[in-house]
Amino acid sequence: MPVPAPATPVTRATRAPAGGRPRTGPLGYTVLVLFTAGSVLPLVWTAVAASHDNTRLAHTPPPLWFGGNLAHNLGIAWSDANLGLALLNTTLVAGCVALGTVLFCTLAGFAFAKLRFRGRNALLAVVVGTMMVPPQLSVVPLFALVAELGWTDRLQTVVLPTLVSAFGVFFMRQYLVEALPTELIEAARVDGAGSLRVVRHVVLPVARPAMAVLGMLSFVQSWNDFFWPVIALTQDNPTVQVALTGLGRGYVPDQAVVMAGALLGTLPLLLVLALFGRHIVGGIMRGAVKG
Amino acid sequence: MTSAPPTTVEDPGAEPAPGPSHPPPAPGRDRRAAWRTRRHRWDVRWSPYAFVAPFFLFFSAFGLFPLLWTGWASLHRLELTDLSRMEWAGARNYLRLLHDEFFWNALGNTFTIGVLSTVPQLLTALCLAHLLHQRLRAATFWRVALLTPYATSVAAATLVFVLLYGRDYGLINWALGLAGVDPVDWQNGTWTSRIAVSSIVVWRWTGYNALIYLAAMQAIPDELYESAALDGASRIRQFRHVTVPSLRPTILFTVVVSTIGATQLFGEPLLFGGAAGQKGGASHQFQTLGLYLYEQGWFGFHLGRASAVAWAMFLILLLVAAVGGLLARRLRTDR
Repeated sequence: MPVPAPATPVTRATRAPAGGRPRTGPLGYTVLVLFTAGSVLPLVWTAVAASHDNTRLAHTPPPLWFGGNLAHNLGIAWSDANLGLALLNTTLVAGCVALGTVLFCTLAGFAFAKLRFRGRNALLAVVVGTMMVPPQLSVVPLFALVAELGWTDRLQTVVLPTLVSAFGVFFMRQYLVEALPTELIEAARVDGAGSLRVVRHVVLPVARPAMAVLGMLSFVQSWNDFFWPVIALTQDNPTVQVALTGLGRGYVPDQAVVMAGALLGTLPLLLVLALFGRHIVGGIMRGAVKG
Repeated sequence: MTSAPPTTVEDPGAEPAPGPSHPPPAPGRDRRAAWRTRRHRWDVRWSPYAFVAPFFLFFSAFGLFPLLWTGWASLHRLELTDLSRMEWAGARNYLRLLHDEFFWNALGNTFTIGVLSTVPQLLTALCLAHLLHQRLRAATFWRVALLTPYATSVAAATLVFVLLYGRDYGLINWALGLAGVDPVDWQNGTWTSRIAVSSIVVWRWTGYNALIYLAAMQAIPDELYESAALDGASRIRQFRHVTVPSLRPTILFTVVVSTIGATQLFGEPLLFGGAAGQKGGASHQFQTLGLYLYEQGWFGFHLGRASAVAWAMFLILLLVAAVGGLLARRLRTDR
């Protein structure tokens, strides 16, 4: 993962309180605390449930504090649901998707933002329009294609269809329209730089903060992708989400083990959020204003 | 392009040439310059297409082509067990849909669960954003904390909520019991199960939407509030008459995005249903269109029918988008 650039302008600017805005009172903080608790507690309780055994979970009152069974359950989840392989697969898939998305969307976003070519506006409209196409519309033929190619359970099955994103193109375009001065490109051209050189030496350095944000957003999204992986992959070579689905859908699932699996599948992303949270926040907010 | 290519070559070795690299035919300066001019023109003209090409290539292969093929397949009889055999069926798959009570049930459920999840989600997000917009200690902390559900996958979140909503030993029924409420059957009740499924969606997306609203709020000039305050408008009136109207385009945007998300709802009901999740509960009480498609295709083996469901979903979405567009135009002119 690339080291993200210094704080995005959005987060910086918004941290300074503007003069006219009211200060939050105790009531406001109470509401915020309640909401944060509501957001975080289900995850904390996942860990609590994962640290007991299944019989303890079938008792009232439910456990409210940690038990001593966590390592045992994690071990079973790890071996039963193929979680080691699943985590490795998901990391690979999400990494490839993030890299591909960032690369292709930056190139396309740069072209739409700063280059003139025939059909630019029409093509951009097509890009935005593709956001409307639901994934359900492609599962049947993709599934047939995968079966035809013998790609069942291969990772490229879940990487390729999500390697570009219309949102990403739009996001990079919006960023580069403002962040990349046209004069800079012209100056490079006057110096005799071809388009690839312009991209390498002018566009990429300017685009880096937005690329980092888009990379993280794509990584999170790909990590959590559900519909197509569940259809395309089996338990033999699963992503984390597919493995969790297998754990949860047994007829009498061991709930403590299921919770241990859910915990393992979520921890890496919580780590990403803890490390890069402010950048992700800035990215979502920046993507939103202009969306 | 206004910039002219240079006529002198300062550093010919360092130029990684895009496209075919012919060796300069002669050491003559003029011919070399002419070649560079030509290459420059070619580069400026075609490289934009090369830059946008990957997107369109991938979209054609994994979006457009499947979209059309699904439409074609929906007019055929196609079984999961024998993908090479397609029998022409005309409109039969669609007619079957129209006569299948479970299709209408799924459509109704998608709508119901969509409303139950979208409306509270967006209203709450609006209020949260309002709070976050005030002068606040540890602003970044609150924002990141509210994103934890967004980082949690559908699978993990739903599996936890299944336990929390358990009828006999679930935490929620236990808490309700402390408050003197009888245990609720969140899994099998018609409305309670829909509410439970919706709550998972609300949990995952409220914080995300709050950030989107917050971004839009920060674009509202402070002077608007100052003049409203000078006119004696209370906080609540400022919120209603300054904030909400300024946010209208953003609200519309989130409504559209959430609606698209709601029509595709799949993972939450699938996993909430446990072992027979594709049915959406014992009496299909929370089966959505996405689940119905999955059941038709991958449990009933009728891929042709699944394709017809997919196209029906697409048409419904287009209809919703058209209505939304009309509403947006009305809102804009009404102002």
